[in-house]
Amino acid sequence: MMLTVSIEIQILFAGILFFLGLIGLLVRRNMIFMLMSIEIMFNSAGLVFIIAATHWKQPDGQVMFIFILAVTAVEVSIALALILQVYHHFKTLDADAVNKLKDTN
Amino acid sequence: MSTIIALIPAIPFLSFLILALFGHKLNRKLAGFIGAGSIGIVALFTFIVAIGFFKSLPEVKSYSVVVWEWINAGNLKVDISFSLDALSLVFCFVITFVGFLIHVYSIGFMSKDEGFSRFFAYMNLFIGSMLILVLADNILLMYLGWEGVGLCSYLLIGFWYKEPANGYAARKAFIITRIGDTAMIIGIFILFLNFGTVNINELMQQASGKWEAGSSIAVLTAALLLGGALGKSAQLPLQTWLPDAMAGPSPVSALIHAATMVTAGVYLIARTHVLFSLAPVVQSAIAIIGALTLLIAGFSALAQHDLKRILAYSTISQIGYMFLALGVGAWSAAAFHFMIHAFFKALLFLGAGIVILVLNEEHDIFKMGGLRKKMPVVFITFLIGSASLSALPLITAGFYSKDEILWYAYSSQSGSILLWLAGIVGALLTALYSFRMIFITFYGEAKTEPAFNPGKLMTVPLIVLAVLSLVGGYVELPASIGNIHLFSNLVDNTLPVVVVKAGENQEILFQLLSAIIALTGIYIAYLIYFKKPSLSEPFSHSRINKFFEKGWGFDKLYDTLFVNPVVWLSVIDKNDFFDWWNIGIARLALMFNSLLSYAQNGKLRWYLMSFAIGIALILTYMLSK
Repeated sequence: MMLTVSIEIQILFAGILFFLGLIGLLVRRNMIFMLMSIEIMFNSAGLVFIIAATHWKQPDGQVMFIFILAVTAVEVSIALALILQVYHHFKTLDADAVNKLKDTN
Repeated sequence: MSTIIALIPAIPFLSFLILALFGHKLNRKLAGFIGAGSIGIVALFTFIVAIGFFKSLPEVKSYSVVVWEWINAGNLKVDISFSLDALSLVFCFVITFVGFLIHVYSIGFMSKDEGFSRFFAYMNLFIGSMLILVLADNILLMYLGWEGVGLCSYLLIGFWYKEPANGYAARKAFIITRIGDTAMIIGIFILFLNFGTVNINELMQQASGKWEAGSSIAVLTAALLLGGALGKSAQLPLQTWLPDAMAGPSPVSALIHAATMVTAGVYLIARTHVLFSLAPVVQSAIAIIGALTLLIAGFSALAQHDLKRILAYSTISQIGYMFLALGVGAWSAAAFHFMIHAFFKALLFLGAGIVILVLNEEHDIFKMGGLRKKMPVVFITFLIGSASLSALPLITAGFYSKDEILWYAYSSQSGSILLWLAGIVGALLTALYSFRMIFITFYGEAKTEPAFNPGKLMTVPLIVLAVLSLVGGYVELPASIGNIHLFSNLVDNTLPVVVVKAGENQEILFQLLSAIIALTGIYIAYLIYFKKPSLSEPFSHSRINKFFEKGWGFDKLYDTLFVNPVVWLSVIDKNDFFDWWNIGIARLALMFNSLLSYAQNGKLRWYLMSFAIGIALILTYMLSK
């Protein structure tokens, strides 16, 4: 017997996960933690796909989740490379220190 | 024949294009070869055309060739079409032959200049435009050439543009000639409005048929065209640009500001002579302006210290003679003096160019001296040029051309003893300043040592021009000596014969007088500038000398009358209503810019926050709908 939880609770859970990620992204200044927050947001989006797939008994949502996993893997590798470069240049992981692209006015 | 006529102006344009587009890739030898060679080919073509023209005389007096249609709008039809008659042939001959010699000289003169191919590109463009000017069969195409030569004059006066004074001189020349050109284009509009065509021959035919002699419209149109001629030919009151135009390289002064472009006004008046005979008032004005100009410029030349400025004032003065001839209706005499003047004045400018070059850009004649032994070829040719300029009797060409003008200034129907008197005083001045130049520059003790000797490329054109300055006069000899009229017979195919007052036959007396005057002038110069320089001392330190040196204060007058008021007005009117409007637009743009750039602060989390807020707003909007 599967434990049934109503769909609203499931979506709410995914939403809370998403906002946790967003808040983490906004308040953290360390770029590694910002990257982790982004991953949480990705996963919450993936969770919504899984929930939808179970709800309508369709495999498409699970297929989408596999895609999201692939995209995140690529994204993480690029982001980590960028973070390494930033660290080489600025000797810090503070996102606010990397502000050379601003308007000089 | 017609193909060759069309090719004559086309070839210089072609070589201009080659030099302008690929000039920086060509080496100097090739660039010089293209620049001078193209003009050589054109000179050869002119020679072929001239032979054909002489063969067909007197049956065919003009050739015309339509190359293609230029403008066709409503009743305005303008073709790119050329017409060659005796007058344009004479001008073509001078432009191409003298132009070719000057180009050859320039290869030597400009050999060390960094703008070598640019120089030849401009020079070729000039020759092309000048040929269009004299060959055009409609007045609009002629105006195109007219402005083309004005542009080249501007470009070449300011050729050494790194010196701000040269740029100023170039702008001055351009703006002052533009005053005349504006009058001229208005005149062209009036002609087109009245006759509905721009073809010069048709215009002249219709004008003589429809306009009465002395009617106000004829006078107005002739006066407007005269305005253009005065500006281009540096005549009173628009003469102030020419002395400053000497800022350009010497070959430019020789080609543009002595031999060809400045005589475009003479060409214009001769070409539209029908119009001027319909306006006798304007024609007498031409004679008076010519007489005044030749006197004023003659006095100014006497007081100059700069070798090239002496020659510049002398050019103004000699063109004054041509205007005097035009004013009394001696058309062929004006054309004849144009040709001879082109020979000797180009020679003098090229000689002066060598002198200035080998003395390391020394322009002041009082710092020269003693060059006679150091540069014999330049000295002898310069002496011949000066002799021709001062109309040394019998042996020089200048004597025959100037004597003809002086004779007609008195004997023509519209001539008078006063005009002749002005001319003869001018002749005395000419002899005086020419030989002042010779004695101070080439005699006496050497004050500056020549740095090097001019090469053959520079001396051979001098020799050819010197020969022409001597023998060029033998194509037209007065009735009292030789009685040869080759030149006037040729030109009279196009221009009317001068009408002489009845019973005037003391030509020999007038010739004797002008010969004596020329010799007297040379003798006085010898006396006061060589034998006893103390005699000229009081004059050269007097206030009147300063006045002459400054060109009779015309520059100062124009500065106070026109330049300073405009400058004053533009200073006090710096911030008027229109400026507020423009400044307002700029301020508004700046304000938006600072607003937007406030958001562009380089803080990554700030951007993320704005994303989040944006998404929240969009979601709220979508959900509440």
